[in-house]
Amino acid sequence: MTLKEIRLHGRGGQGAVTSTQVLAIAAFHDGKYSQAFPNFGVERTGAPVESYVRIDEKPVNLRQHVYDPDYVIVLDTSLIDDVDVTKGLQKNGIVIVNSDKNAAELKKKLGNFNIHSINITKIALDIIGKPFVNIASLGAFCALSKEVSLEALNKAIDELFTAKGKAAVAELNKKAAKAVAEVCK
Amino acid sequence: MQVIFMAKVTVKKKKEKFTPGAVVTEPASSLKNKTGDWRTFRPIINQEKCIKCYLCWQYCPDSAIRIDEKTGKVYVDYTYCKGCLICMHQCPAKAITKEVEKK
Amino acid sequence: MTKKVEEASLAIATAVKLSRVQVCPMYPITPSTHVPEKIAEYIANGEFDATLIDVESEHSAASAFLGSVATGCRTFTATASQGLALMYEILPIISGMRFPGVMAVANRALSAPISIWNDHSDAVSTRDQGWIQLWVESSQEALDTIIQGFLISEDSKVQLPLMVNFDGFTLSHVFEPVDIPSQAEVDKFLPKFKPVFKLDVKKPMTFGPIGFPDSFMHFKKQQQNAMINALEVVKKANSSFKKSFGRSYGDGLLDLYKMTGAEYAVIGMGTLCGTAKVAIDKLRKEGKKVGLIRIRCLRPFPEKELQNAIKNLKAVAVLDRHISLGQEGPLFTDIRSAIYCNDITINSYIAGLGGMDITVSHFEKVFKDLAQGKQKGEWLF
Repeated sequence: MTLKEIRLHGRGGQGAVTSTQVLAIAAFHDGKYSQAFPNFGVERTGAPVESYVRIDEKPVNLRQHVYDPDYVIVLDTSLIDDVDVTKGLQKNGIVIVNSDKNAAELKKKLGNFNIHSINITKIALDIIGKPFVNIASLGAFCALSKEVSLEALNKAIDELFTAKGKAAVAELNKKAAKAVAEVCK
Repeated sequence: MQVIFMAKVTVKKKKEKFTPGAVVTEPASSLKNKTGDWRTFRPIINQEKCIKCYLCWQYCPDSAIRIDEKTGKVYVDYTYCKGCLICMHQCPAKAITKEVEKK
Repeated sequence: MTKKVEEASLAIATAVKLSRVQVCPMYPITPSTHVPEKIAEYIANGEFDATLIDVESEHSAASAFLGSVATGCRTFTATASQGLALMYEILPIISGMRFPGVMAVANRALSAPISIWNDHSDAVSTRDQGWIQLWVESSQEALDTIIQGFLISEDSKVQLPLMVNFDGFTLSHVFEPVDIPSQAEVDKFLPKFKPVFKLDVKKPMTFGPIGFPDSFMHFKKQQQNAMINALEVVKKANSSFKKSFGRSYGDGLLDLYKMTGAEYAVIGMGTLCGTAKVAIDKLRKEGKKVGLIRIRCLRPFPEKELQNAIKNLKAVAVLDRHISLGQEGPLFTDIRSAIYCNDITINSYIAGLGGMDITVSHFEKVFKDLAQGKQKGEWLF
């Protein structure tokens, strides 16, 4: 396995940073080295934010921003209009978009990439009862990329939430992530 | 006001050296610095007018006003008094006057 | 020992707990904020027996730091940027009074324009104030260096405060795997703090008296001697850390990467060195003889070690994440002064100010310049 880079686009307050943190922990539980870090701009609710993950079999030394990602996750469809989310994306790169539009429709805007449109907000509302899509979206990443296992993701969610006495939050997020992963199969 | 009586301190002479951080390891070493010869004016306390309010003792920047442990009377320690006369200005009973120091 | 994915700031807070720090005067400032946050959490949860002083400014944080060490307590604080600038008045007093202790600085640009992002202008501009300055590259090194920091700082031959510099955001907010040593392991490595002098009503002493012109220079000479002593002590701490924990960072002063047989090298500090390593790996595969010298210890400056490291090189490039306005990169100044007798080209590059990303392509360009014999530095945008 060579270095894999993931770029996550979200809006301030959506939990993009937590999401990449969970992904880095999950990759680590799969026996890999990982690195997650945010690219902070204005720290304001609703502002577009980016957060990055690197996964590799050897320690990650690279500290520059992610310019040529292998994967892009977009937590909010409306970002597509504001931000060039596929900028630098590798050929055949996978794009996961939280959207109620179909993939063909998104392709017109985003270009010829491996685009997956999933209505993660709906799944989150059904299961969690709130539009918390940050962790749930990782279910899609696990299912589509196979870079990280769903078991490791569950372990990472537990590590972050259950340890802080938020077992109920962990369970709901695990359930939502699993449901999102199912949709992608 | 609680009156704290000054304890007698003996000064030991020690060989000076440069301690790390310029720490002075010996307590009350400023007693070695006899500042009484700076005086131009000498404060004189009139014991009859003194009401023992101890404001002079409180205000003296050099702790040169002492209180006699037995009688409670104040006196000036001329070994250290620099003659600033703050005591004289503070005294509500006007019991402190000044004299030109004879040198 | 446990291994987990941890944010660098939290790794530092954990190192503070493991070092059994007694007092933390804290005034949070971006991007160092997660350090006091986590320390407060540890204390509130009863996991960490220390006093957190909620001060009203960084000036007070530094002052309380001074007072706390004076009473013989192991003390830690963290800050960044304008926070460190506000502490400036107290920095030389802490070092001048020879008070050991550790401060973590999440390096951030000094305003104006306002910037919360990384460069080295905050800490590098305090380099003359008598603090030992160590610069780290990874979360692991940040954790390890805090623990080593107390050992170095409290050494009887040193007795000086120590600053651990970790890049704001570029490291402070990075999650990556970190080995977290056990309390027993750290206790074995780091003995209890035994101050040479401390404020004690039972044994009164005067701290911070006036230094008249006939003695002041003697105290400065002592400080300089202690700083020079620190060179060996930093090396020793690095090697004894390796014995206890199996990890080390070069010789403690310089961390060399692929320098065997190298003809060209870049010199820098902090996280930019990680990216440099990736560029060097790439260029080495193409057969180019390139390497990296990472300055881990900026003060005291490891002159001899540096002279040794550049011996067989044709040219070096110094990357400064700070500029001494009106002159040049301060790291460049130090390096040129250390190796001015050597027949070698030294180019100065100013890079990554105010959070501007330093990338692999920057290093490729720098190495290309060196290989082409270019004898002029520039600003890397």
